[in-house]
Amino acid sequence: MCLAVPMKIVEIDGLDAVAELQGVRRRVRLDLVDDCKVGDYVLIHAGFVIEKLDEEQAKKSLETWEEFLSSQEK
Amino acid sequence: MTDFLKDFRSAGLLNELRERLRGMKFKKEIKIMEVCGTHTMQIHRFGIHQMLPEGVKLISGPGCPVCVTPNEYIDFAVELARAGYTVATFGDMIRVPGSYSSLEKVRAEGGDVRVVYSPMDAYEMAKEGGKTVVFLAIGFETTAPSIAATLLRAEAEGVKNFYVLPGGKLVPPALRALSADPELRISGYLLPGHVSVILGRKDYLFLKELGIPGVISGFEPVDILQSIILLLGLIKEEKAEVVNNYPRAVREEGNPKAKGMMWEVFREGDSRWRGLDLIPKSGLFLREKYMGRDGFKAFDISPPEPKENPACRCGDVLKGLINPPECPLFRTVCTPENPIGPCMVSSEGSCSAWYKFG
Repeated sequence: MCLAVPMKIVEIDGLDAVAELQGVRRRVRLDLVDDCKVGDYVLIHAGFVIEKLDEEQAKKSLETWEEFLSSQEK
Repeated sequence: MTDFLKDFRSAGLLNELRERLRGMKFKKEIKIMEVCGTHTMQIHRFGIHQMLPEGVKLISGPGCPVCVTPNEYIDFAVELARAGYTVATFGDMIRVPGSYSSLEKVRAEGGDVRVVYSPMDAYEMAKEGGKTVVFLAIGFETTAPSIAATLLRAEAEGVKNFYVLPGGKLVPPALRALSADPELRISGYLLPGHVSVILGRKDYLFLKELGIPGVISGFEPVDILQSIILLLGLIKEEKAEVVNNYPRAVREEGNPKAKGMMWEVFREGDSRWRGLDLIPKSGLFLREKYMGRDGFKAFDISPPEPKENPACRCGDVLKGLINPPECPLFRTVCTPENPIGPCMVSSEGSCSAWYKFG
């Protein structure tokens, strides 16, 4: 039940917004986050944006893992 | 999949991680608990049990809100629908058998039971339709802020006919209870990613005092394998650290705004979990200020004494004491088409995951 789906914000009107994933659009609410902008990647749970996704952090953690895996190659 | 996340499904990285995991060796038996039901589902779907090194066991915890909701809650909701009120609920809840009936059966008998995707849908039903709507407010920290925000909107817009039936639960108190169980002896926790989005890494630091490591994990197969490798490393080195391996979504402090809204509306109190009984300060109840919207208080409903099916071992499954196939009902009389207990009903219940994916 704690499923949350990563989507992109495409429209904002006050606390109401529209998010999109692969062409599917959904009405969402922005009550739980500050400074959400069109183009932000967000996590949606039960019709609410619960957090903005951090693109930089995503890249960084993948790089760290690649380094980790290559440093320990036999 | 959003573009920048596709690498988390990369087959190359997945294979490398799988090889790395396979190569890990342990002298003693290790028991990792995945606390979140969505993790349980993913672990089964991607066959992660089969990728674990010898001696390492993954057991499922109480991370399915529908599964841990006790019968008396379901019985109350059933009676509300029988009394003619509109009961709005997340879909998983509708087929869960209570002591005597289920919401699905009451609906077939003419009760007004609605499945909603968001608490806001239930609120709009109340606002526009004018009927008395009671929303079944179950879920963990991931869900409670959304319910709180909906209730605050009802307050702000003066919509009086929207009620909630408080049944929310908190994950950290359950982890404390599980950690203290001498029968379980958990070596480490795979911590729930989306509960952690709200809580932040900081709220798990008590695990260090208990001497049990934990890793916050995302939900892609790459996330889960990475997190298991990290956790096994911590267990091997006997480091009781709490590591955030889902930094693209989880911050150190969590989401303070969401947390603030949750605590504005709810207070903590002792709560009964199926399988784990009463856990101190583990439930969410409405604060005095919002008591007028509490479905338990607002309506004159008295369901009969709750009863459990004595053969159903859902409680032991939720505690990680047995795997579903060890229950005598599993696959024989209890199936997804004819579920006896909630762990078989919810798509993220352990029994359902074992049934579908083995």
